[in-house]
Amino acid sequence: MLKKAKLQAPLAVLAELSHRCPLSCAYCSNPVELIQKNKELETKDWLRVIDEAADMGIYQIHFSGGEPTARKDLEEMVEHAHKRKLYTNLITSAVLLQRERLEKLKNLGLEHVQISFQDSESENANRIGNFKNGHEKKLEVAKWVRELGLPLTINAVMHRQNLHNLENMIKMAKDLDADRLEVANVQYYGWALKNRAAFMPTKDQLEKSMEIVEKARKDLKGILAIDYVLPDYYAKKPKSCMGGWGRQFLNIDPEGNVLPCHAAQTIKIFKFDNVKDRSLSWIWENSEPFNKFRGTDWMPSPCKTCDRREIDWGGCRCQALALTGDVGAVDPTCEFSPLHEKIFGSATEESGNEAPEFIYRLPSNKDVEPVKK
Amino acid sequence: MKERLLLKSETVPIIPDHVRFEFNEVRKEWVLLAPERALYPDPIATEVLKKCDGKISIQLIGEDLAKKYKAPVEKIVEDITKMLQNLADKGFLKEC
Repeated sequence: MLKKAKLQAPLAVLAELSHRCPLSCAYCSNPVELIQKNKELETKDWLRVIDEAADMGIYQIHFSGGEPTARKDLEEMVEHAHKRKLYTNLITSAVLLQRERLEKLKNLGLEHVQISFQDSESENANRIGNFKNGHEKKLEVAKWVRELGLPLTINAVMHRQNLHNLENMIKMAKDLDADRLEVANVQYYGWALKNRAAFMPTKDQLEKSMEIVEKARKDLKGILAIDYVLPDYYAKKPKSCMGGWGRQFLNIDPEGNVLPCHAAQTIKIFKFDNVKDRSLSWIWENSEPFNKFRGTDWMPSPCKTCDRREIDWGGCRCQALALTGDVGAVDPTCEFSPLHEKIFGSATEESGNEAPEFIYRLPSNKDVEPVKK
Repeated sequence: MKERLLLKSETVPIIPDHVRFEFNEVRKEWVLLAPERALYPDPIATEVLKKCDGKISIQLIGEDLAKKYKAPVEKIVEDITKMLQNLADKGFLKEC
């Protein structure tokens, strides 16, 4: 009872409006099985969910996907969320956006835009996203964002095949007059796991990238804020995934399932509750997947007595499952996990080999598995 | 070319359009909402932020607070400049 009484509403909701996406990035972290268009929530369901989120005291809504602009009713949602005083953020690949639509979204209350970039170099960027002229289009949209007076975050997805361009990425973000740059190392969830060997950076690459980020943070203080998270495979301490399971954040997938994080579909033991059956606040408080790993009671040893247990909240459950086969195990990122050395070893080994070809996120590649070298 | 905003006592600070400083009725708390960030100012910071309306300088904000709390103006101005500089560096505050 005590745990329930102390439970606060989440701070943010990630609304994955659609799994449809014009890009086919090999590192896509959405599940291998995508939700089809005919199963997507209807407009009225999303509008009700927005009301429920505002009533709970949720502060921010991130419209994401897939590609959220693939939904023609995005305008209605942004307008409604803004009316309900949620802080609205659009997380987009930008390639489908027209200037008129962006302007309309702004006028309806859109407050922030985040655009993903695959590289600073056009040819490599378009190869990674498998989309012709995508990079050029993204640059164009980023300029519109700033011309319209909207704040801009650049999400730079980094890995062994573009980390050599990190300094150029930072320069690109600065030249685009972005407010923030997220240097996001690829995470190996969903589709991305097929391509781990093609993306895993070397230790040298990572050490260099940390130096570059540290220097840029100093040089660009007050001009460009840079977020950087060390990839798990090379870390010694797990990160506080989503600020702790079921503590600050919830994710709604395109058909309305409510998840503690966007990779949680990979945990097959769970039956997720759906916004069509239950209210958002009921799900937040009562849904089994949320309560299963909430707080510290569920933790295995040595987490249970670790003085970091309320800092990292046991790390990432999806990763524990993917790498150890046990969703309740110590996150293997942690140096106290018995599997830490082995997993670190496999990462270094993979990054030392020649990078295999990408398996692009295409329906025809669904059953293709990586070639073991 | 964007440059870092360095606050001085004569700077007139204002919260930019894309940052919202408001009282949340459900949670009963003041919050500063910015892109992918939520900050919870303590009662003193809340009082300072309420005065960042683009009308008065940091010096005047400090004088107001010094009167109210019967504290030395210099020290207060120094403290609030430091606090506001931190926000300006994150892009949550600009000059009017």
